[in-house]
Amino acid sequence: MATSLEHGTGAPARASIKEKHLRTDRWWIQPLISVVVLVSFIIYATWRAFENAYYYTEPLISPFYSPCLAQSCVDGSSSILGQPIGAWWTISPALLILIFPLGFRMTCYYYRKTYYRSFWMSPPGCAVSEPHKSYSGETKFPLIGQNIHRYFFFAGLVFNVLLTIDAILAFKNADGQWGHMSVGTLVLLANATFLWMYSLSCHSCRHAVGGRLKHFSKHPFRYKMWTGVSRLNAHHAKFAWVSLFGVALADLYVRSVASGAITNLYFF
Amino acid sequence: MGYLAKLRVWRGDKSGGQLVDHSVEVSEGEVVLDIIHRLQATQAPDLAVRWNCKAGKCGSCAAEINGRPRLMCMTRMNTFAEDEEITVTPMRTFPVIKDLVTDVSFNYEKAREVPAFDPPKDLAPGEYRMAQVDVQRSQEFRKCIECFMCQNVCHVIRDHEDNKEAFSGPRFLMRIAELDMHPLDQTDRKNMAQEEHGLGMCNITKCCTEVCPEHIKITDNAIIPMKERVVDNKYDPLVWLGRTITRRKSD
Repeated sequence: MATSLEHGTGAPARASIKEKHLRTDRWWIQPLISVVVLVSFIIYATWRAFENAYYYTEPLISPFYSPCLAQSCVDGSSSILGQPIGAWWTISPALLILIFPLGFRMTCYYYRKTYYRSFWMSPPGCAVSEPHKSYSGETKFPLIGQNIHRYFFFAGLVFNVLLTIDAILAFKNADGQWGHMSVGTLVLLANATFLWMYSLSCHSCRHAVGGRLKHFSKHPFRYKMWTGVSRLNAHHAKFAWVSLFGVALADLYVRSVASGAITNLYFF
Repeated sequence: MGYLAKLRVWRGDKSGGQLVDHSVEVSEGEVVLDIIHRLQATQAPDLAVRWNCKAGKCGSCAAEINGRPRLMCMTRMNTFAEDEEITVTPMRTFPVIKDLVTDVSFNYEKAREVPAFDPPKDLAPGEYRMAQVDVQRSQEFRKCIECFMCQNVCHVIRDHEDNKEAFSGPRFLMRIAELDMHPLDQTDRKNMAQEEHGLGMCNITKCCTEVCPEHIKITDNAIIPMKERVVDNKYDPLVWLGRTITRRKSD
């Protein structure tokens, strides 16, 4: 009884089993959740990026719009970088900057695993056949571009610094006076913290601080840093999700305050 | 406290085969390999199964249990419900020889393609001296028992037979990483990993890590670090510039 299958596990000389997989567990739940969460985030982020409103209310700025680099940014929303883009940019200023965090996440080793499995089904699950007839992985355009992940990582660090400054500025009150703290302060602080954890646990960060070394003993400080980043790296997936939710919730909070839907509650 | 387990075992050879239903007695504390042996002893004396240590250290009894690559000797029967049907098949990436036994020679061919450890020419065996921190990264990979379940589950070759020539699979990419990270190895294996062993084909979906019975972090600790090292060599102009200016070959 020769197998009639030619692709995948039905290749000649292998055990002839017609089922694409024999898994009995609910292996499809994880990719399904990933699709639902990521599609929801993409829809929300796209809507907010194009909305071009309700992204700033002193002292809070949405992470989707920071740094606000165009002259069209609402008064007070631009950070220490000012408005170098000028007046010619008339559409949403979020579109100027979102390529960097988007690129960082799109080329992230963890997210790659997630979307290759859940969106591209390559493979949809371990030992579950993929539907594609040919496969070249990350050897050709456009996927060979995943190798620029480290550049997005370094760009992401700049954003982390700017968003940390935004969180510090949130210790002001609505009149611009220092020494106050609100729920918004906590939201922006949490967002910046999650983003730092996500960035510092990055595989490219791990490589840059010491992973490329062959002799740790000659570089004790870098070895120490590599050890620390390696510890964080074990939780990279967790930080990837937490920081994604963090950014969306921080934006939602700022939008809610800026639109007047809720009031930013001050502790002092 | 025994019960009768419902077992479906693939029987056949490269000319064809099928899943055959069996009902086999199970006693407390047993593993799937025990049940396969009981099946062989009581109902199917011609059933072919490869096994050796029964302790999860030789990798011989790798198979697929309910569709997941597992060592039969390390899969306890009490992880299944008593009325659950348990399907046991050979590994589906390699040519089958008979029943649960596959021909894993693909892996030995790939092993031979990886250049051996290349110590400094002026050091004789016995004169190697290494700091523990330098060698400990490679030591994780030495835990590999070569069960080849990572090779079996890797979709690059599992789903694409035509990739077997170009892709060495996670076990041997890990071997390359082990040697590239070794403090005394003199060969630069980065371009080799990309161009001759298909590192770029890996899309880091981590199934190799999920099935490893030794819990080696194959993807995070071997394959991704090798990908980053390849980026240094091939795709990062700033690293190239830095190395050119400082005339530094490696760290």
